Amino acid sequence: MAKRFKNAVGRGAEAKARGVFRFAALACVAGAGWATCALASPVEVTYWEKWTRFEGEAMKAVVDDFNRSQDKIFVRYVTMSNIVQKTLIATAGGDPPDLAGLEDANMVSFADKNALTELDGYLKDAGISPKIFIPVLLSRCTYRGKVWAVPTTPATTALHWNKTMFRRAGLDPESPPRTIAELDQMAEKLVIRDKSGKILQMGFLPPEPGWWNWAWPCFFGGRLWDGKDKITCDEPACIEAYKWVQSYARRYGAGPVQIFQSGFGNFASPQNAFLAGRVAMVIQGVWMYNFIKEYSPEMQWGAAPFPVKYSKQYGISHAEADVLAIPRGARHPKEAFEFMKYVIAQGPMEKLCIGQRKFSPLMKVSKAFYAMNPHPALRLFADVARNPLTFGFPQLTFWEEFLDEMNFAFQKIWMLEVTPEQAMADVKRKMQKRLDRELRRLRRLGLEQ
Amino acid sequence: MKIGKEGRWALLFITPWIIGFAVFMAYPVVVSFFYSFCDYSVLSKPVWIGLGNYRDLLDDDVFWISLRNTAVFAVFSLPLGILFSLALAALLHLCVIGKATFRAIFFLPSLLPIVANAIIWLWIFNGEYGLFNYFLKGVFAIQPVNWLGAPNPAMAALIILGLWGVGYSIVIFLAAFQEVPTELYEAAELDGASHFGKFRHVTIPLISPVLYFQLVMGIIGVLQVFATPYIMTGGGPARSTLFYTMYLYDNAFRFLRMGYACALAWILFIIIVTLTWAATRLSSRYVHYQGG
Repeated sequence: MAKRFKNAVGRGAEAKARGVFRFAALACVAGAGWATCALASPVEVTYWEKWTRFEGEAMKAVVDDFNRSQDKIFVRYVTMSNIVQKTLIATAGGDPPDLAGLEDANMVSFADKNALTELDGYLKDAGISPKIFIPVLLSRCTYRGKVWAVPTTPATTALHWNKTMFRRAGLDPESPPRTIAELDQMAEKLVIRDKSGKILQMGFLPPEPGWWNWAWPCFFGGRLWDGKDKITCDEPACIEAYKWVQSYARRYGAGPVQIFQSGFGNFASPQNAFLAGRVAMVIQGVWMYNFIKEYSPEMQWGAAPFPVKYSKQYGISHAEADVLAIPRGARHPKEAFEFMKYVIAQGPMEKLCIGQRKFSPLMKVSKAFYAMNPHPALRLFADVARNPLTFGFPQLTFWEEFLDEMNFAFQKIWMLEVTPEQAMADVKRKMQKRLDRELRRLRRLGLEQ
Repeated sequence: MKIGKEGRWALLFITPWIIGFAVFMAYPVVVSFFYSFCDYSVLSKPVWIGLGNYRDLLDDDVFWISLRNTAVFAVFSLPLGILFSLALAALLHLCVIGKATFRAIFFLPSLLPIVANAIIWLWIFNGEYGLFNYFLKGVFAIQPVNWLGAPNPAMAALIILGLWGVGYSIVIFLAAFQEVPTELYEAAELDGASHFGKFRHVTIPLISPVLYFQLVMGIIGVLQVFATPYIMTGGGPARSTLFYTMYLYDNAFRFLRMGYACALAWILFIIIVTLTWAATRLSSRYVHYQGG
């Protein structure tokens, strides 16, 4: 009995020991498993992007390629509406995404407030020269001599014209205007009115689509800011540009033209002035092809550099870009840059740009790129981007305010309420004061350029 | 004061609300007052500049434009809105066939989301194809007006549009009408009062607390008008419909001048408080509460 008891105790102790051992072994396995998992599980990089539809799908395909190409980093692509405000708030709150797809227009104010991670060091360590980008696009991502983002899909603008409307008006559909004077002459021939004098069709309208009201001086050889300490929107070339704008309101009547304009629908709709065949010539970006294809697929159209006042400037354009940036305070900046590095390599970048029907922001382009990209006028947009005179918006921290003032002045000019001289003098007065204050601030912070 | 067991339970149950109020209302209100004295961009630390933002406001012509636009909108929109909803409620209070259906129809527009409503009215006010112009031309032979493309018509369009959403006010007025004791109408009738006389001398005094409520809520509402003009005109043409809150939003989120936006917000707060106080002072003379 005692022996049996002893044996039983012994068996119990043995069982207990075996249990402890098993537990220890399991713990070891679990621990090792966890450690292996921790070591092997990829770092998750959060990437906020504004695109949806085919543009979003194009970037998603590149993200998927990257995720498949390696197992250390997993990029989680999140489509985000109102991305600028959300990135701003998330960055201020200390919990930003690792990557944010912003626009070049946001760069200066974000960089100025130190809300982005500077990329020069990362690019240098990776052996990537910023010179791989088309200069004007790189300049969109550079502020105070430092690179704060990389361009992804760029855009330039050009004159789009409706060949059918040209033909009907007796104009050569293959010869778009090259100078402002030619533009005005052709525009005049394209105007159609009904018996009562109501405008039914116009050749060209300076406020359509109204996104670059500030940029007209650039086609007249003017500029809004000298790049240093002077606002120059009142210089003669700028005044001349807005006199030209006003000449359309005077020639066709401010009231009748405004009523004609009010009949236009949203940009992305068949009621768009150009897509509906109501205005024969319009300044638009590289993306216009996508909308023509969707809303007016039968249209015969062409794209050419926008006409200029002086023919020697012919071939200039306005450039802008979608950019990829790492917000300040991102948890995985190194891994985020790895993805960035992947995107700006020629292969993935061309895949992205083909998917979005845009040209590549890289200087080097493969031979197959233009053949594979369905956009028929893509070379033109890429060529004007390489023109050394091509410009972006002035890189001022208060550009949004400046833009509002320019739009306000433009509308007053268009409604014949002020002369271009008065309007530009008002903008100059306000914005010079703003610039002086900004320069004082930079001086105080020791950041003067 | 001693809090009993029941009181402690009550406190426990309202704690989530108190925390929510403290975090999402009280704290932002207090810090916004502090930020209004700072140069603050959200992304960088606030720098104390004293009355700098308030001084800049006095010198900012867009601030004055937005204030003037808001005042013009309020002066027309508020009385028109109250009169319109009062008149409709009075009609809907009459004993007619299908009264309930009519009430539902007049309430329906209030259920529409603001954005959908604004987009519909964008087309109704369209200068070339708009239904409103067809109506004016057909009924009054008025030539087409470019409603949203010219400064004065744009403001008028927004005021007219404001009348579209009076459904809630109508419901409140209808409820108030039902509270008026019928014997007072009978007494007035015996004294030979006309329909208008009864409305003027019986209904209006007895619904005056509701009128006062509508006035105060209206003041707060019209001074904070934002979504509809933001969608329909974006403040244009040439800032003719740029309202105060739109300029505040632009400063906060487009220009990243959060300190300046906070100063704008506090000025608006002071204006609303002053007007509400004035309305309350007036109310003591004109508002009659039943039973005391």
